[in-house]
Amino acid sequence: MPQIMPHVVTENCRLCLFTDCVEHCPVQCFHADDERSYIDADACIDCGACIPVCPVQAIHEVFEPDEEREILALNAERSHALPVISKKLPPLLSAAARRVELGF
Amino acid sequence: MSVARHAAVVGSGPSGFYAVEALLNALPNVTVDMFERLPTPYGLVRSGVAPDHPRLKQVTLVFDKIMQSERVNYFGNVAIGQDISVNSLREAYDIVIFAYGAGDDRKMAIPGEDLVNSHSATEFVGWYNGHPDFRDRVFDLSQEVAVVVGHGNVAADVSRILLQPADELRRTDIAAHALEVLAESKVREVHLVGRRGPAQAKFTSRELRGLRLIPNCLAAVHGDAVVIGSACEKELAYPSNLNALQNVELFRGLCGPGSGPQSRRLIFHFYLNPGRLEGDGRVENFIFRKNTLDGEPFKQAAIATDELETIKCGLAFGSIGYRGQPVEGVPFDVRRGVVPNWKGRVESDGVPVEGLYVTGWLKRGPTGIIGTNRADSIETVQQILEDVSSPGLKSRQGRDALVASLSRQRVSVVDLQDWLQIDANERARGQEVSKPREKFTRVTEMLDIASSHRLRKAEKRGRVRVG
Repeated sequence: MPQIMPHVVTENCRLCLFTDCVEHCPVQCFHADDERSYIDADACIDCGACIPVCPVQAIHEVFEPDEEREILALNAERSHALPVISKKLPPLLSAAARRVELGF
Repeated sequence: MSVARHAAVVGSGPSGFYAVEALLNALPNVTVDMFERLPTPYGLVRSGVAPDHPRLKQVTLVFDKIMQSERVNYFGNVAIGQDISVNSLREAYDIVIFAYGAGDDRKMAIPGEDLVNSHSATEFVGWYNGHPDFRDRVFDLSQEVAVVVGHGNVAADVSRILLQPADELRRTDIAAHALEVLAESKVREVHLVGRRGPAQAKFTSRELRGLRLIPNCLAAVHGDAVVIGSACEKELAYPSNLNALQNVELFRGLCGPGSGPQSRRLIFHFYLNPGRLEGDGRVENFIFRKNTLDGEPFKQAAIATDELETIKCGLAFGSIGYRGQPVEGVPFDVRRGVVPNWKGRVESDGVPVEGLYVTGWLKRGPTGIIGTNRADSIETVQQILEDVSSPGLKSRQGRDALVASLSRQRVSVVDLQDWLQIDANERARGQEVSKPREKFTRVTEMLDIASSHRLRKAEKRGRVRVG
């Protein structure tokens, strides 16, 4: 049986919060503070719908959990401490500039 | 105080449920009736998602929450277009949303496609997932070599189910009749054939990765080399095309010596156009034309050359997409296999049809994955919101009469409680054989469960005396 491969949001999201992911997520597993979002891996069903819709490719699937322990822990801790976002929000004011900075 | 609105959603797959969700969020006093042709809900989440992808199916928990809202009523085993006409629906509901998907397969349209042992992926997937429409299809898995045409996730599912050791499937919710046949399967080699190149394959890279991980199966690229042109290189350089780049890297990783003896093989072919199927009454050879790619990046077309290539095989599956089916009373675009629309507002010759909307595959074609439908349905409901606030959308009052007419017609409606009973039964049967559920695969079985449960409840309430 295939392993469970968690999805995580990376620092690319910081200062963006485009939240296109939220609209495509079938199970509403995104949580956010004022600056960026996090995935609750317990709710995530690994459908992958969020990955292609993020304008700054902030989401990826973790294939080697041992090599990405920090980002996994960050998403787990922060998603459990923050409220879920269920609707797409307007991006942060800094999003456009951040996107250019990230090369997208 | 806004007008109470009644909405009908036709189809209970992901796009239907997300349309219901969006309606409930947007309109405080809307009630929604969900009509579903089968007794069971969930659409392709139940009958399309492969049995070895159980985590994906957990999305049904979200659908269950939606179905349990007081403002939602589930009407299973009701066929719109048969039990209720579209016109009756339009007269009874302010808002009608078609979300019944794309249930037809796109034919390869080649000579020999009707030979014995030539199938569509649609039938095979429906069969192993226990869809009642495909319960009695027969697949000759005594053949050793199969060809699957198509480089998308459905083709990947078909290949994987053909090559997966039966033990890997034994504890999934695969239909029992299919597990029996697959356990005796002699299929040893699957050729997965695409029209264009590695950079254009439509697999999500996660699914492609999964094809390399089938136990005891060697995945390889025909010709042992990944061949891409300069336009493909340009496509791969775009950051938004990351999935294609990951796919190409995965294909490259399949070239070179394999690791040790494997009992089964999966071979990827590129640049091949289905030409014809040949054989004496049944499939024996699949003849292809070799393609070249021509055009600008992202607009490359596959042009067939005169060069032929033959794959000897005993089974062939066409997996090149699905098409919507027309229903009387609704405009239909035959070429694209969708209901013509603008952002989900149904149109007839470019003019919006009042009160009619569409979402999901029937709206945009058979693309995307489960979550894609959420954004899609949100867009459709946006249009509904605009129309509801304008005076154009009439308020209709015929809903109760329509529902009453169903029992007069002796349609055996399966409601939420009935479905929960069927669901509980499936899970209990599954427990006995270490599966998440043992699906009922015939509508009659499902209706029997529902009616005997109703009878027991009525007896308890003293309304029926037996014996």
